[in-house]
Amino acid sequence: MVIPNPFRRRSPVALSPLEMAISYLILIIWTGVVIFPLYWLLVTSFKLPIDVNMGPFYLPFIDFQPSLHAWDYILVGDLANDTRRNYFNTVVVAPTSASLALLLGTAAAYGLTRFEYRPRLGLILCFLGTLVIVVAAITLGAPWQVAILAGIALFVILVQTVARRFQRSLKNSDIAFWLISQRMLPPVAVVIPIYVLFQRLGLLDTHLALIITYLAVNLPIVVWLMRDYFQSIPLELEECAAIDGASRYRIFWSIVLPLAVPGLVATFLFVLVFAWNEYLLALFLSGAKSQTLPLTVAAQNATRGPQWWYMSVLILIMIVPVIAIAVALERYIARGLLVGAIKG
Amino acid sequence: MTTERVSRSALTEVGIGTEAPTSVVLRHVGTRVERMAGNVFILPAVLVVLFLSIFPLFLSLSLSLSRLKFVKGGFEIKFVGLANYHKLLFGSEQNHFLGVLGSPSLLGWLFFLGVMAFLIWRLVRYIRAGSSSVVSLVGRVLTVVLLGSIAWLLAHTLSPEGRPGTVVVTLLYVFIGIAVQYALGLLLAMLTTQRLPARRFFRVVFLLPMMITPVGIAYTFRMMTDTDKGPFQPIWQALGLGLYSWVNDPWGARTAVIISDIWQWTPFMYIVLLAALEGQSVELMEAALVDGANRWQVFWHITLPQILPVSTTLILIRMIEAFKIVDLPNVLTNGGPGTATESMTLHAFIAWRTLDLGGSAAIAYMLLFLVTFLSMSYVNILRRRVVEV
Repeated sequence: MVIPNPFRRRSPVALSPLEMAISYLILIIWTGVVIFPLYWLLVTSFKLPIDVNMGPFYLPFIDFQPSLHAWDYILVGDLANDTRRNYFNTVVVAPTSASLALLLGTAAAYGLTRFEYRPRLGLILCFLGTLVIVVAAITLGAPWQVAILAGIALFVILVQTVARRFQRSLKNSDIAFWLISQRMLPPVAVVIPIYVLFQRLGLLDTHLALIITYLAVNLPIVVWLMRDYFQSIPLELEECAAIDGASRYRIFWSIVLPLAVPGLVATFLFVLVFAWNEYLLALFLSGAKSQTLPLTVAAQNATRGPQWWYMSVLILIMIVPVIAIAVALERYIARGLLVGAIKG
Repeated sequence: MTTERVSRSALTEVGIGTEAPTSVVLRHVGTRVERMAGNVFILPAVLVVLFLSIFPLFLSLSLSLSRLKFVKGGFEIKFVGLANYHKLLFGSEQNHFLGVLGSPSLLGWLFFLGVMAFLIWRLVRYIRAGSSSVVSLVGRVLTVVLLGSIAWLLAHTLSPEGRPGTVVVTLLYVFIGIAVQYALGLLLAMLTTQRLPARRFFRVVFLLPMMITPVGIAYTFRMMTDTDKGPFQPIWQALGLGLYSWVNDPWGARTAVIISDIWQWTPFMYIVLLAALEGQSVELMEAALVDGANRWQVFWHITLPQILPVSTTLILIRMIEAFKIVDLPNVLTNGGPGTATESMTLHAFIAWRTLDLGGSAAIAYMLLFLVTFLSMSYVNILRRRVVEV
């Protein structure tokens, strides 16, 4: 019988020197791949237009004389007011919608992994049918109050007659699939209807419109990612708490959520970044007041061609806060919160 | 740790032992508020999504069935039935949307026949099993027909005489991109969960590309791929490609788009897989290693089953997102040369810019149809097998 030498390795999971070297090689290569475009943005932000157009220059002070003109233009010069306002808008919109999406999405994901839902198919079909008829009636010129009242009446009648016949009902997985399917239409197709919707509600060019839109757009992703993390959390813990008399809400809040922290952090980072960087929906839903930063970046592609130096500055100042948040949160994507919890 | 203990906790960790969403203990009947818990958890999310989804869905469907005409003092919307779809599939837009068909090469035929053989074998096995209802049988036959025709389209448009349309180009972006991103993301996540010094540095650095706004990434890569003024100009020069432009060569341009896409989205795969790997139990792995399993066995039998549910979700989400790729081809190549790098969403976007709202909505609906169908097949074939939802 071979007894592993206890002094050779600190832990059986540790790596041998050769494996270590290969690992570092791969990690460093990919770091280079990631960093180089960012480095190029950084040097471009210090270049004069002529330095960009005369061919590639790599090192400031050696290849070319760095200039602060682009930083000056964006931060204190002509564009400063726009930058500041759009920065503020982004800072308000993105974290708010990401936090709300995380809250609602996590709750829904927990519901989908721990409860059984059986929405009746007949009921849903009746609802959709009525809705189509009402919308058609309104577009064809019927007064909307009458159409909605008639719609409600029709719905009640349908539920009492037709829906009773349909015993088929949907399952949790159907709800989840419906949620994710809401992301399948490309933004180009939904942007006009959403624009019309917010116009009717009088919410165009407000933070609220952007927050609601990003919330709805991000929810399905949160639900799907968190559902898998919840499935890997053992039920025993929750059962113990239930026996001790904790309510479902309490179990969710003080037992399940702390255990799902790595997943929560990863998901939050993703939805935050999405809302922070979204372009097309923001283009339509925001006017002068609520513009966000991606619009400023895209606006630097002027009639004279892309203004690379301004763009680089904007991209760089855009990622700084997100990097700070990622650095602060990264430590929570750490191993071992579950280890020990179900021991014994 | 005894074997019995290991295997039991293995089952629990993988989620087999903990399935059954309604545990007996947890189903106890409590107060009224308590009994409503299920609805309280799910309803807010469902209502928010419902609020913003139904109206756009119907409005763009009705747009796709109509044509916008400019008349004095505004525009009028005229109902044209399926004309927009007909134009895409059989009419003037067919070459643009589906591509030019050529007779497939030997490889093309092999690919097509291989796919068909696999699909039919699956179908036959399913019918033999005997537990089929009419609805699911129809569904499966439909799957075979549609997947088969996608394979047929790929074989015919990627042949020497053929030219891929926006559908095929999008499929290429999606499947090549996702395969590389997943492999890279998993490799990097595995490496950074090892106890290496400085791993926290790598972890943050690897997330960086995700944080840049997609429009910004597109412009950054336009700088990167510039063979005349870009940073790699000396390399191109040395290779004698100084005057080569990605934008003039169809496959060169597509490669540029795919590389940028990989750079942009590998971090998403990476961060989710990292969280999944960190969530798995170390004890199991250590126990297996002590019992003499090698690293490959540990990965295959312990790590992979634990991250498989998250992986399938991840790939599904990425697939849905990747089908909507638009910024990269739009900024990098403007869809060119010709329409060689145009994705379906860019196709819709261009139609929309020229105020062909009906045509644009029709492309969007074709995309919706394709993605829904592919993700449903994906969920049915793969995911159900991995996680019993």
